[in-house]
Amino acid sequence: MMPRLQRGLPQIIALLVILAIDRAVSPQFFDLRMQDGRLFGSLIDVLNRGAPVALLALGMVLVIATRGIDLSVGAVMAISGAIAASLADAHGLPIALTAALGAGLLCGLWNGFLVAVLGIQPIVATLILMVAGRGVAQLITEGRIVTFTAPDLVWLGNGAVLGVPAPVAIVLGMLIVTGAVVRGSALGLLIEATGGNARASELAGIGTRAMILAVYVWCGLCAALAGVIAAADIMGADANNAGLWLELDAILAVVIGGTSLFGGRFSLVLAMVGALIIQAMNTGILLSGYPPEFNLLVKAAVVLVVLLLQSPRFANAGAMLGRARQ
Amino acid sequence: MPGVRVDANVGGSDAGMNASSDPGSALLEVRGLSKSFGTLRALQEVDFTLRAGEIHALLGENGAGKSTLIKAVTGVFPRDAGIVRLGGAEVAPRSAKAAVDAGIATVYQEVNLLQNLSVAQNLYLGRQPTRFGLVREAEMRRSAAALLAEFDLHIDVAEPLGSYSVAVQHITAIARAVDQSARVLILDEPTASLDRHEVEILFAVMRKLAQRGIGVIFVTHFLDQVYEICDRITVLRNGRLIGERATAELPRIELIRMMLGRELAETTSERAAAQVRQAGEVCASFADYGKAGYVAPFNLSLRRGEVVGLAGLLGSGRTETARLVFGAERADSGSASVEGKPVRLQSPRDAVAHGFGYCPEERKTEGVIADLTVRENIVLALQAKRGLARPLSRSEQDEIAMRFIRLLDIRPPEPERPIGLLSGGNQQKVLLARWLATSPRLLVLDEPTRGIDVGAHAEIIRLIRELCDDGLALLVISSELDEIVTYSDRVIVLRDRSHIDELEGKAIDVSNILAAIAAAGTAGAEAGQA
Repeated sequence: MMPRLQRGLPQIIALLVILAIDRAVSPQFFDLRMQDGRLFGSLIDVLNRGAPVALLALGMVLVIATRGIDLSVGAVMAISGAIAASLADAHGLPIALTAALGAGLLCGLWNGFLVAVLGIQPIVATLILMVAGRGVAQLITEGRIVTFTAPDLVWLGNGAVLGVPAPVAIVLGMLIVTGAVVRGSALGLLIEATGGNARASELAGIGTRAMILAVYVWCGLCAALAGVIAAADIMGADANNAGLWLELDAILAVVIGGTSLFGGRFSLVLAMVGALIIQAMNTGILLSGYPPEFNLLVKAAVVLVVLLLQSPRFANAGAMLGRARQ
Repeated sequence: MPGVRVDANVGGSDAGMNASSDPGSALLEVRGLSKSFGTLRALQEVDFTLRAGEIHALLGENGAGKSTLIKAVTGVFPRDAGIVRLGGAEVAPRSAKAAVDAGIATVYQEVNLLQNLSVAQNLYLGRQPTRFGLVREAEMRRSAAALLAEFDLHIDVAEPLGSYSVAVQHITAIARAVDQSARVLILDEPTASLDRHEVEILFAVMRKLAQRGIGVIFVTHFLDQVYEICDRITVLRNGRLIGERATAELPRIELIRMMLGRELAETTSERAAAQVRQAGEVCASFADYGKAGYVAPFNLSLRRGEVVGLAGLLGSGRTETARLVFGAERADSGSASVEGKPVRLQSPRDAVAHGFGYCPEERKTEGVIADLTVRENIVLALQAKRGLARPLSRSEQDEIAMRFIRLLDIRPPEPERPIGLLSGGNQQKVLLARWLATSPRLLVLDEPTRGIDVGAHAEIIRLIRELCDDGLALLVISSELDEIVTYSDRVIVLRDRSHIDELEGKAIDVSNILAAIAAAGTAGAEAGQA
């Protein structure tokens, strides 16, 4: 158990540091209050606002563990949001939700097909849907912002379960489901093996193709759910802006969570922590009164630091520097 | 006056001819070259002499030091000791580019040119003819066409290089090298991916270069080609110089002996310990199994409790046979059956489901998963065989890992250590454990003792024998002939990607295997007397 704890330590410390900075710029940061059966407060805001990226990261972490990447998740969010918003008022939640999630599933299948069956490099394969997907979403909404009032769909964005905002509850639920599937079965080990050395894994008898297909499908499904939540939150679907650039936040969350872009070892929980770190930075900058443009610079700096820490060449250079000083 | 001019010209060209094509003069001299990587001594005081105008074969099995020698000479990496003289003057290039500037050019098997640029652009990349800073395309094309015409290659030099065959690409690379005033040309396995006709074209180019007085070093493992074109042969083994001979004075069997390092005298009764094992019934068989351009169709039956050895030179089709048997490559002819029932082996997954296991030669890239622990590496194949839905519990994994760590004496005995931190021999044992955990009926071991220290080496061989006594069928590939002789019940000899002979029982000894390797093809008569 000790190595596990040690492994997550830098991320946890980073989160605590950022929360402490948030507290410094906004003294009421940790205040919580109950209103209409739902918790409110800046801390809850971080969780709630972070939910879409956390969901994306949940799918993305598995994709990255197989040494892949999915750039299309933002576009998939836009598609599923557009579908859910268009169908909710006329057909009710079950049909709207099924159609939206079904679309995410199909998007994942498409990505998985390109990567696992046709052998296209993941970054290029998913770039296709990243570009095309937003077009599809705009076709669905016919270029307008589609609004809806169906209360059960709105609840997914604004409701609460035992005081916990619905998006947060959904993320928790998905984390538990994903964790149970991945760590409860042998999937986790086989994914880590495939990401660590795909050729060796195939020669060990692992059906690497089916598994890679499956992680892209799961990633698409998570993205669709994130899209529905984002739409429910604003009671409408904006095909131009829903999920825009969020794929980068999701990748960043996964990388901050210690999963290498070279595949192999992954941690679902730490990817969630990564998503929280990003959102805590976002919220902190908003609360501090600095213009939100700063956010992008701060994020970029964090990416740089994280990637430097993961770079073997950097580590070597550091070690050599250390030796030289001695 | 005109007469004088003519005389002067004739005299000048004569002098040039004498200087460049005198067969006795050493063009490239390597003396006492050594190179180590960590504790591995890749080259130990190797001497090598290349004369002007000769084609000189550099031969040796995997790990003999051929590539290291080339790279140390051409400055790809620094040498630890030794000197290199080119035309009498000492040279010490510090990069491949510096070597080219000094007059030593190398063309590798994978052509290092740009597929998307035209042939002409590739020929003159970085030294294009320019006027006022602009590239003179037309002039570049004219001289490119003229340059290639010297090699009897008449192609449209404006087309992208990638649209031409590998042979043309090789000749383009050679032409580029020669045009940059190369005096020594090193060709590293240039014919590996060429067909017979393309080889002819390349050989014609090589002969032409030799006539011009260029020294050509030819690295290959096709011995027929060596005898066809090379004037002299240098053999390396385990980083040491074994000898330099004139091709005409070196019989093929002698050459193979130099490469594999065996003397006929010492091979007589090594198989004294050979136990007469009672081979069980056939557990897997392959009929006319093969793949076009990969390995010729072969028949192979594997019996329980039997070790079948695959012997042959590098590139003879040993690993290819293993990969077909394991489904890592798909056969396009013939049929396979397991326990008498026909089966299809489309992927390693199929093979594992039928109880096969495979320890590949490339342990690092195809065997171990370096980031994962010893435990995870051991249970991997068993888990893949059981499927996702039936995960091994952590306690089952621990039990299996500890059982095999103890059984195979894997050190250090720590199941949670990442396998990348173990020594080569222990990594190999973990891979053996990975397959033994699946209770296989057939295990294919490709060079199971490669890169393993002497102690672990003996241990692996002992394990192979024990496994066999337990009723497992084993198919083992090894370049170490005495090793094959020690444990095999049958030996299949391969050459040029086909199975050419099979030795059984008392017939298995090193000299018979050597004779079989040398016997095939053009050297039939010669080997008959051996």
